[in-house]
Amino acid sequence: MTDTAVTLWRVETKTKASATFAIVAGLIIVLAFAAPLFASRSVQQDLFFILTMLVLAQNWNLLAGYAGLVSVGQQAFVGFGAYAMFALVILGGLDPLIAILLAGIASALLAVPTAFFLFRLQGAYFAIGSWVIAEVVRLALAQWKMLGGGTGTSLPREATRDMPALKLVGDLFGVKSSGAGDILTYWLALLLAIATIGLVYRLLRSKQGLGLAAVRDNQEAARSVGVDARRMKTLVYLAAAFGTGLCGALIYVQKARISPDAAFSVVDWTAYVIFIVVIGGIGTIEGPIVGVIVFYILQNLLADYGSWYLLILGLIGIVIMLFAPRGLWGLFAERTGIQLFPVRRRLTGGPVPSSKKGGPHG
Amino acid sequence: MAWLDTIIQGILLGGLYALFAAGLSLVFGIMRLVNLAHGDLIVLAAFLILMLVSALGLNPFAAALVAMPAMFAIGWALQFFLLNRTLGTDILPPLLVTFGLSIVIQNGLLEGFSADSRRISIGGLESASVALGPISVGVMPLLTLASAIAVIIGLNQLFYRTSLGRAFRATSDDPVTAGLMGIQPKRIFATATGIAMVVVTIAALYLGTRANFDPTIGPARLIYAFEAVIIGGLGSLWGTLAGGIVIGIAQTFGAAINPEWQILAGHLAFLLVLLVRPRGLFPRAVD
Repeated sequence: MTDTAVTLWRVETKTKASATFAIVAGLIIVLAFAAPLFASRSVQQDLFFILTMLVLAQNWNLLAGYAGLVSVGQQAFVGFGAYAMFALVILGGLDPLIAILLAGIASALLAVPTAFFLFRLQGAYFAIGSWVIAEVVRLALAQWKMLGGGTGTSLPREATRDMPALKLVGDLFGVKSSGAGDILTYWLALLLAIATIGLVYRLLRSKQGLGLAAVRDNQEAARSVGVDARRMKTLVYLAAAFGTGLCGALIYVQKARISPDAAFSVVDWTAYVIFIVVIGGIGTIEGPIVGVIVFYILQNLLADYGSWYLLILGLIGIVIMLFAPRGLWGLFAERTGIQLFPVRRRLTGGPVPSSKKGGPHG
Repeated sequence: MAWLDTIIQGILLGGLYALFAAGLSLVFGIMRLVNLAHGDLIVLAAFLILMLVSALGLNPFAAALVAMPAMFAIGWALQFFLLNRTLGTDILPPLLVTFGLSIVIQNGLLEGFSADSRRISIGGLESASVALGPISVGVMPLLTLASAIAVIIGLNQLFYRTSLGRAFRATSDDPVTAGLMGIQPKRIFATATGIAMVVVTIAALYLGTRANFDPTIGPARLIYAFEAVIIGGLGSLWGTLAGGIVIGIAQTFGAAINPEWQILAGHLAFLLVLLVRPRGLFPRAVD
């Protein structure tokens, strides 16, 4: 190396693997959008399930894996989002698509008072506190007689059938309204999943994301350099409530039938989600993606075994937490050094070889 | 007099919630571990008692006595082999492992005992009552409250009067220094969880004899226990009893207005306390 060379320092997060992956991801997205052209309705419904679970998992991962807010009460927002959508469609006569968006906003609004209560509880108590909140929301909505009270209600068929977007999709593919409904909800789930991953990735690469990682690793140290830990955590909590509520509303547009016990199910909307994130790898964007695929495969393999399925899922979760706390993706990334969504800032372009690995990412 | 009756029924119900909470409070106080499977362990103990009653024809109280050492052993092993591995500064492993455990116990019980509602029969005691002035009170609810008070007195004696209690307090304050004094924190933790499971067995006896139970009701018991601990203030067992009674009274009043509001009223009382006294009614511990 000569002395005359101008050394250009750059801070970047991109790696060779991530650049290649970006191209592959682009192709997958194009393929996924085109899926209704060649995939059957049952495949579309399975993909819808996978994508919505992925959205819930990314939101929970953002809370627990990045902000250190371990919630076991995210079903509060799934259920509230779903009920808000039902109320807007049935009582307000709105188009379900608009209702989904408003339901997300309603969930974020619900998160304001719940944050006020929950942030008085620390660590593990935050977890059970979030569960109490979910129970309160469930019991309160079960009193809403106009939406069926404790037994629940159905979305009127004409509300979904008369959606302009549905007619458009139906004409485009030449299918009946039920088929068009599957295509539309699948597309929305795909859009939501891409947007969620995109926004989470963007957040983690931003200054705020760096602050968030600092708070997670050492709250006192982070605060001493000027990171407002409480504000960051509150923002993440509200954002996760928005995303979770939006997803809940979308799930129940597809289900078209709601009851308090199903919409606020701790198993369906929190236990599965936690296992997805833990098995895949908590604290990474790749983790929930890997987790949801493993989860889907396990569900298909063990579907006939009833409660054995959850029992085995619980055992796998425990074993992973004890022996591979970074999950399957963590094991893979540790061995290969590959990161598809790198967030670690590296200094490149200088005279010093930049191949040295940094500390834990973030 | 209806309101007086409601208050007394609420206090008695609070005894049951205090029993649910005492084990949780004990484990948290010593090792800062919040066991999300606590409610499911209560249900597990109830099924154990039920099995002993139906298989050996034992009286439920005798069956509970037999179940106690078994539950102690389960608690000891659970802590020593599983939960001790999760302790540390990171709150994720203990929470997620005990959450997984909760799901495993629930579904194991579903597999073994089906989703049917069960009840442990205690014959005539079920409907027996005594007259306290103008109000008649069930013998079993009265026994529940008396047991809760006895458990709290017993645990306080254990904590402050015995060498094991001294070891508990020392380990709770500083496990490393306690280790230097010849205490093995891991064994102390295991013993503490074992004792908590003995309390859980007592709670399970009253849970199973007073009302129907099935494998899925554990999480709700965990929530009541947790609310009692927070209302009472962390680290105070008498506070936990007070917390249990607050929830009990709120629930019976809620139920008196509208049966559907029973559970909701208990939760709202908890949120109200959290609003006005975030550290609980009788706070002792700093964290």
